[in-house]
Amino acid sequence: MAQPGKSVRLDVLRSELGRVRGLGAARSGSGHWWLQRLTSIALVPLTLWFIASAMRLEGATRSDMITWLHGPVPLTLMLCLAVTTFWHMELGLRVVVEDYVHQNRTRLTLLLLIRTLCIVAAVLCVISALRLGL
Amino acid sequence: MKDIRDALMVARSSDGKLIRRPLSPHLQVYQWPISMALSISHRVTGVGVSVGALLMTWWLVAAAVSDSAFATVQGFLGSGFGVFLLFCWAAALLFHLFTGIRHLVWDTGAGFDDWVHLGKTMPTYRASGWAVVIVTIVATLIVWIVGVVIW
Repeated sequence: MAQPGKSVRLDVLRSELGRVRGLGAARSGSGHWWLQRLTSIALVPLTLWFIASAMRLEGATRSDMITWLHGPVPLTLMLCLAVTTFWHMELGLRVVVEDYVHQNRTRLTLLLLIRTLCIVAAVLCVISALRLGL
Repeated sequence: MKDIRDALMVARSSDGKLIRRPLSPHLQVYQWPISMALSISHRVTGVGVSVGALLMTWWLVAAAVSDSAFATVQGFLGSGFGVFLLFCWAAALLFHLFTGIRHLVWDTGAGFDDWVHLGKTMPTYRASGWAVVIVTIVATLIVWIVGVVIW
């Protein structure tokens, strides 16, 4: 067995078990995973519905939009779509940032920005849809 | 070693020396199998459709604000660049949707066995990968052909 420290300098002096324990689960992984699945299942029909609706609204005027969202079913689906989309988007973009951005300060800033953006966009969509539909 | 997480990268080579573990995947060494290309594309299109979701937000908000604001959005979406964006959004959204369904099927434990077709055997994940590519192309074309016909 080679001498430890000969080819790699170990400044961090910890046992293997200590490393594993110290870097263990944050205990929120399965919750994140499960929410991502739930939102994605909901988004399958909602996305297909949105694509079909957007196609029918090609070149729509504002009054067409109002007529469309005045139906209780389109309005409900639009609200569900907005909330689920931005929820799923936050969960997804979070993973991308967590995987590729290693500097703590940048990572935290990006995560906060993404969460803020998703919440604000979701609220904007909900308010706008209600404004048009109610 | 600067970061405590580097401790996880320490390993021993076969002659017993302590080395820094190589990171997988070796993008420049691997031949790209379809699974690898689809995996990273799922991520890239995920980021892409996020931009599309912001486009949807602009569209809804403008409709709620005023006639002129809505006319601006519709004008932008009808312009050359707007149509290009909408095309990319539709393609990326459909791709992300179908690869997403593939992931959901995998979550049930299905889709990792062998697929036998015309006497040939291939892993199901490879067959489903190509199926996703084909279905995405067909669905995008259908959406755009129907869209142009309505227009």
